[in-house]
Amino acid sequence: MYPPEFLYTKDHEWIRVDESVGTIGITDYAQKELGDVVFVELPKPGDHVTASESFGTVESVKAVSEIYSPVSGEVTAVNTKLQNNPEMVNTDPHGEAWLVRVQLADRREIDKLMRADEYEVYIQQEKAH
Amino acid sequence: MIAPAGEALKRTALNATHRASGAKMVDYCGWDMPVEYSGITHEHLAVRTAAGLFDVSHMGEIEVRGPQALALLQHVTSNDVSRLQDGQAQYSAIMLPSGSAIDDCVVHRFTPDHYFLCVNAANTDKDFEWIIQCNSFGAEVRNVSGEYSQIALQGPRALEILAKVTERYPGDLKYYWFRRARCGGVESILARTGYTGEDGFELYFPPASSAHLWNTLLDAGRAEGLIPAGLGARNTLRLEAGFALYGHELDAETTLLEANLGWIAKLEKGDFVGRDVLLRQRAQGTAKKLIGFEMIDRAPARDGYPVWVNRKKAGKVTSGSPAPYLKKNIGMAYVPPDGADVGREIQIEIRGRLAPARVVSLPFYKRPK
Repeated sequence: MYPPEFLYTKDHEWIRVDESVGTIGITDYAQKELGDVVFVELPKPGDHVTASESFGTVESVKAVSEIYSPVSGEVTAVNTKLQNNPEMVNTDPHGEAWLVRVQLADRREIDKLMRADEYEVYIQQEKAH
Repeated sequence: MIAPAGEALKRTALNATHRASGAKMVDYCGWDMPVEYSGITHEHLAVRTAAGLFDVSHMGEIEVRGPQALALLQHVTSNDVSRLQDGQAQYSAIMLPSGSAIDDCVVHRFTPDHYFLCVNAANTDKDFEWIIQCNSFGAEVRNVSGEYSQIALQGPRALEILAKVTERYPGDLKYYWFRRARCGGVESILARTGYTGEDGFELYFPPASSAHLWNTLLDAGRAEGLIPAGLGARNTLRLEAGFALYGHELDAETTLLEANLGWIAKLEKGDFVGRDVLLRQRAQGTAKKLIGFEMIDRAPARDGYPVWVNRKKAGKVTSGSPAPYLKKNIGMAYVPPDGADVGREIQIEIRGRLAPARVVSLPFYKRPK
C-alpha cells in the first residue's frame, strides 16, 4: 500500500527523493479521510516552501485540508493536471496525483520523516482515536 | 459543533447499522452521525437522479396538545397555524422577542387540539424550554424526541420505492401533507416533506423498528438506485436548494426578514413573539440581506470566509461549498442591501486573497416539474 521508497509526515504527505529533488503528494490515508477531492491549490515554480509549513490546499466537497511541506526548498515543478482533474488525488494519490517537485535546501530534513512501516503503525494509531 | 468534553456522543437507533456498513461517522452537534457512506458526490447525485435514504433520527420532536394548543403555537411560531387542516404541515420558526428564531421547524396538525413539531437536534432542549416558558395558555407540551426515529427517503424515485412497502399508495399525499401509515409493516407518521429540494418523504416511527424499516426501504429501492446518504450530502443538497440551516443562515441575531423568510412571518395573523420587530423592519428595511452567490474564481468559498462589497469587508459566508449537481462553487452570505443585487460582483476572501464571485438568485437549484 505505502511505497517503501517514500518517506512520510505526520500530516499525511509523502515525499520521494531522487538525488536532491523531492516529489511530494498526499497519502492514500489522507485522500480517504478527505473524500471526493474537487480542488487543489498549489504554489508556482520558483516559490519557496518551508518544512512543516503549509504550501497549498486540497479540498473535498466537505473540507479544506492544508498541505504541509516535508522539506524546505524551491518548487521546480507543479502538477498542472490536477487543476482540471483534482479527482486524481483520490484515484492515484501515490502516483499520477503528485503535487509538486522541490529542490531540497537541506537534505538532512528528510531524516526526521517516517519510513513506510513506521507510517503504517502511525495511521493505525490515528484510526484508533 | 463538538460535544462538551467528557460527554458521550448520543446515538440514533441506527448507529450500529451505519457502523456495520462502513459509513464515515462524525460528531454532529453531540450526535455520532454518518457523514458519508459511498462519497458525498455520489450520494448527492443519487438523490438528484434516483433516491437516497437518510437517518435523521437526531432531529427533535415536540408535541403540543389541548384546547389551548393553537393559541400557544400562534403566539410562539411565526407562520399562521390557523390555516392548517388536519394532516397538513407548514414550515415555520419558533420566535424570540428580537424577531429572530430560536429554531426553524415544521408544524404538523393532527387535529385542532394536537400538533407535532419537528425541530433541529442541537436546539431541541432549548426549544422545548422556551415553548414551556411562553406557555401561559395552559397547553400540554411534551418533548417526545426519544419516542421517534426519523428516516428521510428523498429523490425523484422516492414515491415508487415507498409504494412498494406501503399498503395504501402514497402518491395522493400532497407536498407538505402527512398521515399515519404502515410502512414496511411499521406504524409511522408519513409526511411528504424533505430538506433536499427533491420530492420525497419523511417517516417518523418507534426507534425499535429502525433497522427493520431502514433495511426494508433499502431492499425495496435497490433496483431504482436507492443508496444510503449521510449528513454531508444532506448539507450540499439543502444548500443547492437554497434552504436555510440553523446556526448558519439562521441564528438569534438574524431576523426572519433578513433571512428571506418573510413568507413564513404572517404579520397579519395577530400578535406573536417578535412581531413588533418584524413590523418595524418591514416598514424601515433591514440592515443586512441574505444572498446567494456563485464563485467566478476557481476556489470554493467556505463557511465563515469574509465577503467584500465595494472594497469593504461587508459580511461573512454562512454556507459555502462545491455544489456536486450544479458543478459550481456556491454559497450564501449576509451583505448590506446595496451589495445584494443579482448579477453584481462581490469578492470572497480566500486565504488572504480576494476571489471574485457573483450574486445570483435563490434557489440555486429547482427540481424539474
